[in-house]
Amino acid sequence: MLIEYLPIAILLVISTGLAALIVWIGNTFGPRRPTLRKSLPYESGMNPIGPGTRRMPVRFYLVAVLFILFDIEVVFFLPWAIVFRQLGLFGLIEMFVFIFILLVGYVYAWKKGALEWE
Amino acid sequence: MTSELILFFILAIVAVASAVGMLLSRNAVYAALYLILNFATVAVFYLMLSAAFISLVQVTVYAGAIMVLFLFVIMLLGAEHTGRLSESGWMFWTPIVLGAVLAVEALYIILRQWKAIPATQAAGSDFGAPAAVGLELFQNYLLPFEVTSVLLLVAMIGAILLARSKKA
Amino acid sequence: MGDPITAISLWLDGLLAGWGLAPALIIVIKALLGVGALATAVLLVDIFLVWVERKVVARFQDRLGPNRLGPFGLIQPFADVIKLLIKEDITPVGADRIVYNLAPIMALATVLLLWAVIPLAPTVVGTDVNVGVLYIVGVGALGTLGIIMAGWASNNKYALIGAFRTVAQMVSYEVPMVIALLVPVLLARSMGINSIVNAQDSYWFILVAPIAFLLTLITSIAELGRAPFDLVEAESEIVAGFHIEYTGMKFGLFYAGELLHALTLSGIVASLFLGGWRGPGAESFPLLGIVYFFAKAFFLYWVIMWVKYSLPRIRIDQMLNLNWKFLTPLSLVVLVVTALLDKALVGVQPWVYVLVLLAANLVIAWVTLQILRSRARKERQRVAEPRPIARPPAAPVSSQGA
Repeated sequence: MLIEYLPIAILLVISTGLAALIVWIGNTFGPRRPTLRKSLPYESGMNPIGPGTRRMPVRFYLVAVLFILFDIEVVFFLPWAIVFRQLGLFGLIEMFVFIFILLVGYVYAWKKGALEWE
Repeated sequence: MTSELILFFILAIVAVASAVGMLLSRNAVYAALYLILNFATVAVFYLMLSAAFISLVQVTVYAGAIMVLFLFVIMLLGAEHTGRLSESGWMFWTPIVLGAVLAVEALYIILRQWKAIPATQAAGSDFGAPAAVGLELFQNYLLPFEVTSVLLLVAMIGAILLARSKKA
Repeated sequence: MGDPITAISLWLDGLLAGWGLAPALIIVIKALLGVGALATAVLLVDIFLVWVERKVVARFQDRLGPNRLGPFGLIQPFADVIKLLIKEDITPVGADRIVYNLAPIMALATVLLLWAVIPLAPTVVGTDVNVGVLYIVGVGALGTLGIIMAGWASNNKYALIGAFRTVAQMVSYEVPMVIALLVPVLLARSMGINSIVNAQDSYWFILVAPIAFLLTLITSIAELGRAPFDLVEAESEIVAGFHIEYTGMKFGLFYAGELLHALTLSGIVASLFLGGWRGPGAESFPLLGIVYFFAKAFFLYWVIMWVKYSLPRIRIDQMLNLNWKFLTPLSLVVLVVTALLDKALVGVQPWVYVLVLLAANLVIAWVTLQILRSRARKERQRVAEPRPIARPPAAPVSSQGA
């Protein structure tokens, strides 16, 4: 059971190690002549104004929340898609009930303008 | 069996260390990244318990989706550097009391009821497989599953109301 | 003797057992060697992709592309790699050094990790876990973390805006993508990628789920952040997006990761809808399966490039509208219709099954196009309404005087 995931673990180690090695090589072999101007954050040639991390529009938050909710619902679809033949007509109906409740929320989000960017 | 035990203890150390790191880091983004590491180790624990589906759901939903939301919120607010919160009063004592209660509980179970814990059984070959989870979920746990959709609906409406209250 | 990979595996078994190693250790060593070979091969293909990308974009733009180094400029990408390696590595002031260095590593590693579950041939698959599709989704979700880390750690406004746009786009398009991926899962009744490929022995799933195939391809392009979804690195407004501050090989890692991600998603779509390694003779000669797999993957890769160099960039509101108001409902409709028909068609001949599902997909496509057409007509009328046009002010009526 766990042995099935051994290649994934090895690949995780190899890929992370390799990427870290590449970053290290770049660090080691590249020249290093820092100047004040060069290491300023790039802002199209102007001196950067204010901090680089600042408050962002709240609309992104709404996108992320909608994503989480849909993501959780979609995760429930996955086991259903595998077994729905064994479940018979009942399985189909229960999933349609689930999708219907999901659609109520979806229509509400649409009508409230949560799907709009502005 | 022993190699699994070694793996368990290594992961347990990582899990506890990342949880402590999350609590102690002053930078909120670091705290979130420690939490992701913690979720990932917990996912491996699920995997060791032959629950492959739950394990990957843990990665997808928690480490992927929910932590993206956390990072979004931290960065939206520009709240990375919260500085020293006042650590007096209930914010300091409540977790300590709750943690002590949990520790006593765990110790009680370990010391007094050691024999009562059933011996581990080898899981069936398809235990925790997506098909088995699906059959269990859609036959025996149908009501919780449908109620989940209502819960998600409530969450969706709440989020929309909060984020768009000005326009509505 | 049609299967050198199994032969090598058996030979290794014999050799290592001859050395007196424990069976468990043999499994570990074989996995180490196999995965090492896979990672090496994938990274070599990745370097080759740089050449493909430059050559194909040149042809699309009526140029020749790299043609100086080696035949057809084939050595050019290696020169690129060396150039990137010896470039100065600049870390911007105020950057968070740990996260800044961790982000490119995560960006490449998460893409490379996907190759563990993609079957290249009947016998060449990293591991055939029974949760393959969910694994792809989960690892993809971890990939978004690398991008948000890069954008935040750079201490650059444009990088942060780019990261926010990228992540918003990636997470939004994950919803219709997973729903579309459910269709092959539903048809094959398994989440393992190899099982899905095996289920396509009599027909490819693109025949019974062409809309799901298109949805997966479109959402893949959006996940990649390639044109027309490249508002995430729109050079005219936010310069380069999340990797603006990265130089040298760290930028190279993001670049290599993006190219490899495109090929990886092409390979996944090829496995789920185009039969993966399936082709004439692939079962008896697994090496042929690798050829078929990469032929299909590179065909899809070329389609993605074709789209990239043909379509203009869309705006962020259009991006979200397309996702939430078009792709998500369409994918749900396709899923529900496929499930219903699959239920209704129990025990019919395979060709009836294929024909009915294909017809259903065509009907859905036709209805969708009709709805789109009427919406477009309304939109055109709305836009075409006469707007106040600036006119020269009327000559002032001279009321005074005389």
